[in-house]
Amino acid sequence: MRNIIALLAGLIFSIGLAQSEMINPDRVLGFLDVLGAWDPALAFVLGGAVMVTVVTFRFILKRTHPLLDKEFYLPTKESLDATLIIGAIIFGVGWGLYGYCPGPALAAILYFEPSNILFVLSLLVGTVAARKWVSRHA
Amino acid sequence: MGLYGFSIGLVRWQGFVYKSSPCFPVDKCDLAMLSFDVILPALLGGVLIGLSASVLLLFNGRIMGVCGILNQAISFKGGENLWAWLFLVGLLIGPLVSDAFLGTSQPMFEERTFLVTVIAGLLVGFGTSLGSGCTSGHGVCGIGRLSQRSIVSVAVFMLAAMVTVYLFRQVLGAE
Repeated sequence: MRNIIALLAGLIFSIGLAQSEMINPDRVLGFLDVLGAWDPALAFVLGGAVMVTVVTFRFILKRTHPLLDKEFYLPTKESLDATLIIGAIIFGVGWGLYGYCPGPALAAILYFEPSNILFVLSLLVGTVAARKWVSRHA
Repeated sequence: MGLYGFSIGLVRWQGFVYKSSPCFPVDKCDLAMLSFDVILPALLGGVLIGLSASVLLLFNGRIMGVCGILNQAISFKGGENLWAWLFLVGLLIGPLVSDAFLGTSQPMFEERTFLVTVIAGLLVGFGTSLGSGCTSGHGVCGIGRLSQRSIVSVAVFMLAAMVTVYLFRQVLGAE
């Protein structure tokens, strides 16, 4: 049952990405290009999503456990650290170069666009490299 | 624009496209449609994304962060991470479902050079993994939990991305 929920959540998520056109990196770059021909769409996408989660998460997290599991699996770190900031800067530069963050990049895979496949392969290499780097320095 | 413009915006709403809607006077109508064409699909898509995050947290107790889930999927844990793989399957087929039944189509975008694509992919993979989250994890879910780390992360990666785009487009003049 948990697996079916996960499948459904992934499905609704990427239908949302397709409906809002965030699956198109040019739209994302249009948002990031604040001093050029600015395209505000992404602000409404993130705004719409956060409008929902700010309300629902409040109620959901008041429960002692989720409906289908014994506990909530939430991030444990609470304080700011250099790793968080440096990671965000590195991610932001990559995002600004291409216009894809991991969600839309993966969601677009079945279009078999060579450029996107190359991007996702590089993303996977980067992810594995970061895990190796973190486990060596932790 | 008023209610008339709003209703025309609604019928032309992507996914329920009705192209031959009456439009008079044309200039005012175009303005109204432009803004609603931008805002409505964006809001609708955003609400769907927020709902999927809520479903995953309510039922499974999991944060819907794509790079977090990707990390779970590629770490070998026997069958325990099957849900992460199934989330990714849903993520992959969603756009095809949307194209087939909800009036969207495959995105066409400007070509990027080989080098830019590889460097961007490496940076996104490395940065999100190092910074424990991306737009969905820190943006949609983290801000939803009012997490200080997530709010700072989103501000930093958005600023970094905006500066990058500025340098590339406005200073270097590249696309």
